[in-house]
Amino acid sequence: MAKVTMTVNGRQVSGHCDDRTLLVQFIRENLGLTGTHVGCDTSQCGACVIHMDGKSVKSCSILAAQAAGSTITTIEGLAADGELHPVQAAFKANHGLQCGFCTPGMVMTAVDMIRRHQGQLDEATVRAELEGNICRCTGYHNIVKAILAAAAEMSGARVAAE
Amino acid sequence: MYETQYHRASSVQDAVSRMEAAGEGKYVSGGMTLIPTMKQRLAAPSDLIDLRHIAEMQGITVSGRSVRIGAATTHYDVASAAALKAVCPAICSLASHIGDPHVRHMGTIGGSIANNDPAADYPAAMLALGATIVTNKREIAADDFFTGLFETALEDSEIVTAISFEAPAKAAYQKFANPASRYAMTGVFVARRDNGDVRVAVTGAGANGVFRHGDMEAALVANWSPDALSNVSVDASELLSDIHADAAYRANLVKVMAKRAVAAA
Amino acid sequence: MGVEGIGARVARKEDKRFLTGKGRYTDDMSVPGMKYAVFVRSPHAHAKILKVDASAAKDMPGVIDVLDGKQILADGIGNLICGWMIHSKDGSPMKMGAWRPLAHETVRYVGDAVAIVVADSVAEARDAAEAVVVDYQELPVVIDASKALEAGQPQLHPEAPNNLIFDWQIGDESETDKAIATAAHVTEVTIHNNRLSPNPMEPRAALGIYDAGDDHYTCYTTSQNPHVARLVMSAFYNVAPENKLRVIAPDVGGGFGSKIYIYPEEIVCLWASKRTGVPVKWTSDRTEAFLTDAHGRDHVSTVKMAFDANNRIIGLKVDTIANLGAYMSLFSSAVPTYLYATLLSGQYDIPAIHANVRTVYTNTAPVDAYRGAGRPEATYLLERTMETAARELGVSPAELRRVNFIRSFPHQTPVIMNYDAGDYEASLNAAMQAADWNGFAARKAEADRRGMKRGIGMSCYIEACGIAPSAAVGSLGAGVGLWESAEVRVNAVGTIEVLTGSHSHGQGHETTFAQLVADRFGVPIDSVNIVHGDTDKVQMGMGTYGSRSGAVGMSAVVKALDKVEAKAKKIAAHLMEADESDIVIENGELKVAGTDKAVPWFQMALAAYTAHNLPAGMEPGLKEGAFYDPANFTFPAGCYICEVEVDPDTGRTKIVQFVAADDFGNIINPMIVEGQVHGGIAQGIGQALLEGVHYDPSGQLLTASYMDYAMPRADDLPSFQVSTSNTPCPNNPLGIKGCGEAGAIGSPPALINAITDAIGNNALTMPATPQKVWAAAHAAK
Repeated sequence: MAKVTMTVNGRQVSGHCDDRTLLVQFIRENLGLTGTHVGCDTSQCGACVIHMDGKSVKSCSILAAQAAGSTITTIEGLAADGELHPVQAAFKANHGLQCGFCTPGMVMTAVDMIRRHQGQLDEATVRAELEGNICRCTGYHNIVKAILAAAAEMSGARVAAE
Repeated sequence: MYETQYHRASSVQDAVSRMEAAGEGKYVSGGMTLIPTMKQRLAAPSDLIDLRHIAEMQGITVSGRSVRIGAATTHYDVASAAALKAVCPAICSLASHIGDPHVRHMGTIGGSIANNDPAADYPAAMLALGATIVTNKREIAADDFFTGLFETALEDSEIVTAISFEAPAKAAYQKFANPASRYAMTGVFVARRDNGDVRVAVTGAGANGVFRHGDMEAALVANWSPDALSNVSVDASELLSDIHADAAYRANLVKVMAKRAVAAA
Repeated sequence: MGVEGIGARVARKEDKRFLTGKGRYTDDMSVPGMKYAVFVRSPHAHAKILKVDASAAKDMPGVIDVLDGKQILADGIGNLICGWMIHSKDGSPMKMGAWRPLAHETVRYVGDAVAIVVADSVAEARDAAEAVVVDYQELPVVIDASKALEAGQPQLHPEAPNNLIFDWQIGDESETDKAIATAAHVTEVTIHNNRLSPNPMEPRAALGIYDAGDDHYTCYTTSQNPHVARLVMSAFYNVAPENKLRVIAPDVGGGFGSKIYIYPEEIVCLWASKRTGVPVKWTSDRTEAFLTDAHGRDHVSTVKMAFDANNRIIGLKVDTIANLGAYMSLFSSAVPTYLYATLLSGQYDIPAIHANVRTVYTNTAPVDAYRGAGRPEATYLLERTMETAARELGVSPAELRRVNFIRSFPHQTPVIMNYDAGDYEASLNAAMQAADWNGFAARKAEADRRGMKRGIGMSCYIEACGIAPSAAVGSLGAGVGLWESAEVRVNAVGTIEVLTGSHSHGQGHETTFAQLVADRFGVPIDSVNIVHGDTDKVQMGMGTYGSRSGAVGMSAVVKALDKVEAKAKKIAAHLMEADESDIVIENGELKVAGTDKAVPWFQMALAAYTAHNLPAGMEPGLKEGAFYDPANFTFPAGCYICEVEVDPDTGRTKIVQFVAADDFGNIINPMIVEGQVHGGIAQGIGQALLEGVHYDPSGQLLTASYMDYAMPRADDLPSFQVSTSNTPCPNNPLGIKGCGEAGAIGSPPALINAITDAIGNNALTMPATPQKVWAAAHAAK
């Protein structure tokens, strides 16, 4: 058992866990943040995607100990003051989710994707960028639509602000 | 995952000391292959020594056409390095297609090379670029480094700290991805130097891992064009067969990907 | 329609919790004292268990206990069963072999559960599971269903000689043979329908909680039908009487059929909780899911389709072998019979049909319903055969279908079904127009110039949803009724709860069911709450599968709403001293038609509960229930068109357009219906292009992770063009047919027809991997 400390959704948190504890287990079981999911064993489905130090990563393939000292954002930390993040709002408006299980990973992936591409996305790019996230319900059609809509809105908002 | 003990190394020397003190230790960099392997209980290191925070193993330097990439540099950082793209866009493109965006944020070039997965992308680039693998002990030519499936010339506790190469005049990588895993079912990296030297390296297809294809290299030295490869035969007996692709099909892919790489270079 | 009523594209009420990480799935549940389970599973496909030695495992850190198959047998827990009786054509009942929740004598597939380890953590339980020593005596293995029927093959169950479960037939064989003998042309094909793994993204899980104080069990589980789970666990598995067992299916992350069945794990977790005295939670990992979730499809069929000189089909003869795996799963017998062979008439007027179906045990995971369940197998068989026939006869695929369409309704097929309504040509025309079918030749020529082979293919599907009525399915062997229940509770402040026996695991019931109420009473959907998935809260219901929530579950809600409306009108009429026949409900008010007199909805509700001023003899309160048993199946149908480009150098197929034109009858929420179609198409494309379960000859599963089982990803798929037409279903109050499975049913043949068109070689099996397409394209040269 080692003590692991990190910043999660803006709060410094600590917990004791085995060195073999995965980051996703630490988040779900030690911190009780069950929005981050586990859908496979081979780091392919992306249900576990979170942001570590500002970048999307798969929390099922990182030990909690590896993440010690880092800054983490999970799906629970995305909406500010009860208002849905524009990506969350776009998923709702475009019916980009059905069973909801892949959704937290999809949303965290989309936020990272839009950041890296500065909102400049087209359908082919979005589909290529979703290589690490599997959805079994939507056929991706409305996920792609939602991400494009969010990207347009977010870059539009930035242009308006500039 | 079996019990293991985690260490965060502060320097290369610190990492080596910790490894030498460990029973059955393993270095972990991004961990994008090692952690899933441990989760499936296919690897059981007593100790994990984390190289990700070692400053001297980070970063890319480009000086003229000389390139040095720190071993702990992530695929994302290689893919998006403007200075590197200016001299060798092929390796940036290769890095941008490894795994997925999340894997590219963690996985590193050193980890990929040291693991030498037969379907990994970087080993093909190292061979075709005639790269030098820099370790804490020595410099190893890529031709001598990759010795078999998941096998390298690395000795116990030896760490890949960087790779270096001279950017070629032309290069390109073409990958045909496995429809399930998205690893290379066949990937071909071609590189041509100003002096006319050509290297062709193939990953994902060889029964013994990454390899150079001498007949293709000779054909392309004589005539740098996709058509030059039309009459080169690829020996299927040395290639992998699995449920996704048999050796004959892979032999076809080697040629097709090589032609496309030459066209793209 | 109001902005939130029937037909409105209402954004989903349930989305916020899923989007903010507040969804509550079974693995998210945690109760005090909870421990974790890992199952010891057979590494062999067929073996005798000589000994299970858990002594070392029990001494390992954190281990509470290790329990095995002899103990669960001694405690009287029963066999898993198949709930649909099929009789062979000789009159004998199907040969059901024993399936123990934990095997104690024989294991019959890799993954068969042998023991359960309960420990403080999953990691410790897994460490200990590896230390359980099981002595196996390996037995010979058979994987292939056709081979399993041959003499001298390994025998799985003593009850089933030659591994044959049943040999069943439907239709008139002699009439069909006569038609074939007199035909102007007979198209003969062999059709393989590949085995699939359902892969809902949430793996199965179960949390068993035994309360010794009340001798009561609670089971949180990933179920599409918690009441059926409770019924079966009580009545057949002897876990606990129904009044002592509460089953809760909270948020469930997709099902696609695989979460209908009651598996060993939830039974064993409940039993182990009593045995160990602690709550026991098990969560499948993905490899366990590949090994043990019921697979789908796995048919091999030979087909003869007979045509007269005018290209009209005069007979269809089908011989099918269906692989049911090592044990008969809950509805496994119904899938290759009444859900399959009854759909072999397709959209076509075929005077004579005969189908023979043999089901077979093999040393593979059990096979049961997966999205579409039998209907994709029927559609793929028919639509590949039609395409082949069109090519042989030299007529266009559209023309051959038009010539044979059923055009008047109701239509009685020779294989039980009575189609109630449809307009198949309307869907065909809509799809061909959307796909610019006539412009294909020019697109193909342009692709040729780029070195790409372009092809186009269509598929005209029909399916049967809302399996019913109960008396009819009972006469065909079903062990349960297939009705649905609803209760509508109007609270004293006028807000409304709807308790439904349907279960949502992605279908959006919390929104669409609320739309029915909003439409009826003019109240906002935010004032309507949908309650489902908990046997303590909701009256007995049958759950969600087979595209039945709309046609059956919503119809039950409508029946309950009728009763609520009638009573509400009586109360309002009494309050306003008007005749109840003059009361209309609009915008949240009960009005006297033609006057300005009105009572707000909430005030009527309050009056029902204060009961100070009700009509003489009326009971207080406003809560009504209904059980709805449909009069017939519903028959969604449509036409799908797929256009592809094949890279002849690599065999890689790119789908360049996919068009779906469906007739689902009336639609409650078009946005949700479109989402169902998108998802279904993706699964159908997955089957046709990417997915396939592979066992090696020793019964080891080669596709046990996403490294080897190719799931459709975003860049494998195009955006889809979907549209609907509408011939309302005459047999239910809403006129709706169901939409959940259509996409998975209609799409595989369209895609394979397109690829075979592109490469000029009709010999291609699913999944059409790059290697297979490359080889087929080269064979065609």
